[in-house]
Amino acid sequence: MSMASSSPSPHGWWRRNQQTLAPALFLAPGVLFFAVYVIFPIFQSFNLSLYEWDGLGTAEYVGLRNYEDLYWEWVDRDAFYTSLKNNLIWLVLYLLAIPAGLFIALFLNQNVWGIRLYKSLFFFPFVISQVVVGLVFSWFYDPTFGLLNTILGWVGLGPINVLGDPTLVTYGIIAAGLWPQTAYCMILYLTGLNAVDPEQIEAGRLDGAKGWRMLWHVVLPQLRPATFIAFVVTIIGALRSFDLISVMTEGGPFGSSRVLAYYMFEVALSEYGFRMGYGAAIAVVLFLIMLCFIAYFLWSMYRDERRG
Amino acid sequence: MFPTPIEKRSAAVRNSYQALVPFALILWLLPLIAVAVFSIRPDADFANANYWGWPSSFEGVTNYSMVFFESDMPRYLMNSVLITVPTVLGAVALSCMTGFALGVYRFKGNLWVFFMFVAGNFIPFQILMVPVRDLTLDLGLYDTKTGLVLFHVAFQTGFCTLFMRNFIRALPRELIEAARVEGVSEFRIFWYVVLPLMRPAIAALSVLIFTFIWNDYFWAIVLTQGPDSQPVTAGITAFNSQFRAMYHLMSAGSIVAALPPVAMFFLMQKHFIAGLTLGAVK
Repeated sequence: MSMASSSPSPHGWWRRNQQTLAPALFLAPGVLFFAVYVIFPIFQSFNLSLYEWDGLGTAEYVGLRNYEDLYWEWVDRDAFYTSLKNNLIWLVLYLLAIPAGLFIALFLNQNVWGIRLYKSLFFFPFVISQVVVGLVFSWFYDPTFGLLNTILGWVGLGPINVLGDPTLVTYGIIAAGLWPQTAYCMILYLTGLNAVDPEQIEAGRLDGAKGWRMLWHVVLPQLRPATFIAFVVTIIGALRSFDLISVMTEGGPFGSSRVLAYYMFEVALSEYGFRMGYGAAIAVVLFLIMLCFIAYFLWSMYRDERRG
Repeated sequence: MFPTPIEKRSAAVRNSYQALVPFALILWLLPLIAVAVFSIRPDADFANANYWGWPSSFEGVTNYSMVFFESDMPRYLMNSVLITVPTVLGAVALSCMTGFALGVYRFKGNLWVFFMFVAGNFIPFQILMVPVRDLTLDLGLYDTKTGLVLFHVAFQTGFCTLFMRNFIRALPRELIEAARVEGVSEFRIFWYVVLPLMRPAIAALSVLIFTFIWNDYFWAIVLTQGPDSQPVTAGITAFNSQFRAMYHLMSAGSIVAALPPVAMFFLMQKHFIAGLTLGAVK
């Protein structure tokens, strides 16, 4: 469309400029899609958090009132800070997937008959959808027929109703979440261990290092890339936790297992009412928390880019 | 190799390791095994509180045919396929192009566009929820598979671009330079030089995105409702309320819902792990 008639040879014009035009053309569809569905909505949510809106009528501008409501918990008692606290518990305990995954990877890093199949079967929980993991663990915890209480019964303990107890419920859900997450970290470390330089291990052995010292001083430094990815994925996963809570407890009992991601959904889209602006404010808070981590990840990537 | 290879240890250590591995595996998969056992029990076992004893009969065929012939499960499975496959095609196609543009060309703002994709990939879904739902409603695509596919393609393009760009960066640049010297056009370079080399990345990414999208639950409940368009992850909750407290059927249903990505994983294991662990080794 570029008024090519004015130039003597349109083909020549394209030929001369294709080095600069080609990247723009290749990027256009992807960037357009991503901007419409991901980048632009972020700003829309920020804007929406300043309004009160039921999703149908006209939105009413309320300034920062949604945030004040959150801060003082004027609307839902004990919902915001419980969610925030649970998010923090998720964040800390979910990181256990990293040492647990490393432990299983070290356990399985052998060459015995059938070990490949064992590795895949250990990895298996990661492939299953979180919805099914949630169902599986709900039944595992069930106070009447769950396997957990059956086993506790054998040793004369229990029964405990993990998902019905406000003090235990979040830990019970995190345990379910750790199952697939540990599997993921395991596979990262198994791949990492494959690439560990055998000469350095031998050198370490000659220096008399073994066991813990070898792991700490020789092996772990070489596993750094794997550890970094494990951190990124685990932190994002912890803050995104939604499926398990939705399937296992719907935030209950008495809202004690809510996290920000679930609370937001509850406020904006469930029978709780369609409080879109208030929900957007919760989403903004969650977004800002995640932004700290995202900024850190990007900064590390930026450093690597400069170096390489 | 670390830890010390087991072959170099005594026979006793070797044998106990060989015995320990299957035992640990059973322990690890115990919750899942329990569900699998439930799914072949008859109704009567639950009425008689025979949860963990020997099943009074084996009703695997009955239970699973209930799931396939007496419920909406096949429709949900079909919806999942019709959502997942177009998403994989769309996201991989878009990201081959964006990855190529960001991996091959040096231009101002390259890194910033790349970081936009990477950062977008990490954000919480909730910040997109209300606007994306509105957009889908405005487009008349609420409660349709198309609406879900469009969003998934857009969002997955973030992760796929990260993956593709890094893969292309690792390809030998001389190939592209040589083609340019020969006067090959940029589009032909993309199509005939780079794309064939990207085959392993395309395979790995396809398997990975298939699993991610098949297992998506959040967007399924935000953008769809009902058996006409909901995928199986959302359908399983409807299925469970239809067969409330019938644990043998609920177990069978869950296993059916979980199976396709599991099959995908076991069939394409090499690609799957290559995709997941890209970047885990330097």
